Amino acid sequence: MGAAAAAPLVRLERVVKRFGPTRAVDDVSLEIERGAFFALLGPSGCGKTTLLRMLAGFERPDGGRILIDGVDVAEVPPYARPTNMMFQSYALFPHMTAAENVAFGLRQDRLPRREIVARVEAMLELVQLRALAGRKPHQLSGGERQRVALARALAKEPKLLLLDEPLAALDRKLREETRLELVRIQHRVGVTFLMVTHDQEEAMGMASRMGVMSQGRLVQVGTPGEVYERPSCRFVADFIGGVNLFEGRVAGAGTPLSVECPELGLRIAVAGAAPSGAEVAVAVRPERISLSTQEPGRANRLRGTVQEIAFRGEASTYHVGIAGGRLLRVTLPNAGPGTAPPPGVGAAVWLGWDAESGVLLTS
Amino acid sequence: MSAPGTGRGWGRRGLIGIPYLWLLLFTLLPLAIVLKISFVESRLAVPPYGPLLETGEDGFRLGATLESYARLFSDSLYIRAYMSSIRYALAATLISLLLGYPMAYAIARAPKAWRIALLMLVILPFWTSFLLRVYAWIGLLKGNGLVNNALIALGVVGEPLPLLNNSFSVVLGLVYGYLPFMVLPLYATLERLDPALLEAAADLGCRPWRAFLEVTLPLSLPGVIAGSLLVFIPAIGEFVIPELLGGPGTLMVGKVLWDEFFNNHDWPAASAVAVAMLLLLALPMATMRRFLREEAR
Repeated sequence: MGAAAAAPLVRLERVVKRFGPTRAVDDVSLEIERGAFFALLGPSGCGKTTLLRMLAGFERPDGGRILIDGVDVAEVPPYARPTNMMFQSYALFPHMTAAENVAFGLRQDRLPRREIVARVEAMLELVQLRALAGRKPHQLSGGERQRVALARALAKEPKLLLLDEPLAALDRKLREETRLELVRIQHRVGVTFLMVTHDQEEAMGMASRMGVMSQGRLVQVGTPGEVYERPSCRFVADFIGGVNLFEGRVAGAGTPLSVECPELGLRIAVAGAAPSGAEVAVAVRPERISLSTQEPGRANRLRGTVQEIAFRGEASTYHVGIAGGRLLRVTLPNAGPGTAPPPGVGAAVWLGWDAESGVLLTS
Repeated sequence: MSAPGTGRGWGRRGLIGIPYLWLLLFTLLPLAIVLKISFVESRLAVPPYGPLLETGEDGFRLGATLESYARLFSDSLYIRAYMSSIRYALAATLISLLLGYPMAYAIARAPKAWRIALLMLVILPFWTSFLLRVYAWIGLLKGNGLVNNALIALGVVGEPLPLLNNSFSVVLGLVYGYLPFMVLPLYATLERLDPALLEAAADLGCRPWRAFLEVTLPLSLPGVIAGSLLVFIPAIGEFVIPELLGGPGTLMVGKVLWDEFFNNHDWPAASAVAVAMLLLLALPMATMRRFLREEAR
């Protein structure tokens, strides 16, 4: 059994799904380990929900294989799969109470009545809804409905829980609380979670691993830290977090690499490897760029003028114009009162970043 | 000058008032007249009934009598007519439901572009006169009609089947005439049913047939009730279908009413039959209403 335990719970092999001429899911291969909280992140229409629905059994792949716990599920109908899904709309049965909704899946398994009652109570306890067990969905708030949906999906102890934009229908404050709640519940029940979301903060804040999708393709898989710090392509760099993207051409080999960037009027020093003459981009996160009144001792230096400051509470984003008109985004933490005041709008400043702070993107 | 709110209030009240006025003039008033006639004596005169209040030499005399209602109970014809009407209407409702539900379900699940066309097909018969369509059934069902001729030509039967002038033809006519009233409300509820609910049921281990019984059917109950009432109520008082397709042997309230009114010229008796039928229908409707209200809660 040792080998089986180490094997991934979910294995997608070159999965393809077409809707008419478009490839909604295009040659996706992916492995999800047991106990992971995996987030599939991408803009709307990127195919992430289709992928989720194929795992649930609502869509059939046009190519490739889907294995759940080592079993090819191609011929397994939704009602026989070891997965449960939490729907974006929650899809609670409106004619049943919260408890009856949670019991629905257990009743299908023809468990003894006593066992069902005990299990429903335990599930409602888990999501802190025991007091509202007798309410119908329309008598519950959005947050309460969301928790009923979670309890219902977890009641059957699925091997894999599929969550389709689980927080999208909640308001902002509740969404942030529920994020932690979901992670806590996942740790407690130990079920593998696969969540689909378009919200990068949600994906990075909750997932142990994540995959980024674009136009049906899975473009990068890794921990949130890896995806953020080492984006694999322009799309990922741009989609996740704020970024300054500089297009250029590799001017010469060496370490660090030198990238001729006409937009900045600068040769950017960046870590990485690419053939000389290649069209590349350099991505620099706003918080990796320093802002100072004196010329900084860094590999990349630029002069600019502060044009705009967006205060965001814990940090501020400076929009700094450089010669040629391009605006660069720089994020600085707010040190607070008692420290030297930061440069204001119109101040002439120096920008700087190290060769290691930039990411070389070849695609 | 009036306050702006008052003017709007009157406009709104006027708009809401129109249907009430309509109901008052064309439902309540005729009903009151029928109610009144049911309580007076039958006479050989024009109109063929006595007044409610009579002025004689010795002042006013109340002309009200329960005679017509007493006859409803004393003559077994009426009770039998009501029972038979209820049986026909129930049979027609049940068969319409069994036929209409799959039809409505199929239309609701059809591709969006098809739905309007399919609904049009359901409504299409309304474009021809109801009377004409019922007459057409005579041509189809009679001894040497289309159906029997075809069956004989195919060698299925040796001699014509008795398809006309019996309870079969009455129920067939009722189902044919009122099926659209069953399909339309059923379609309306089934079309609104969130497909994600069925996916959720499947996801939780429910096979399609059970998902239908546990999710689709209970959630379409308002449509089932609305459709059943829309078939049952007009079917119970139907006159044209039993008259044309039922032959002389068929007993239904609508026919009894017609006979009292036009053959016996007993307007009070006919009115009493009508009022009793109304009360008979009000009962199931009130029950359904209460049920629907509880369901909505």
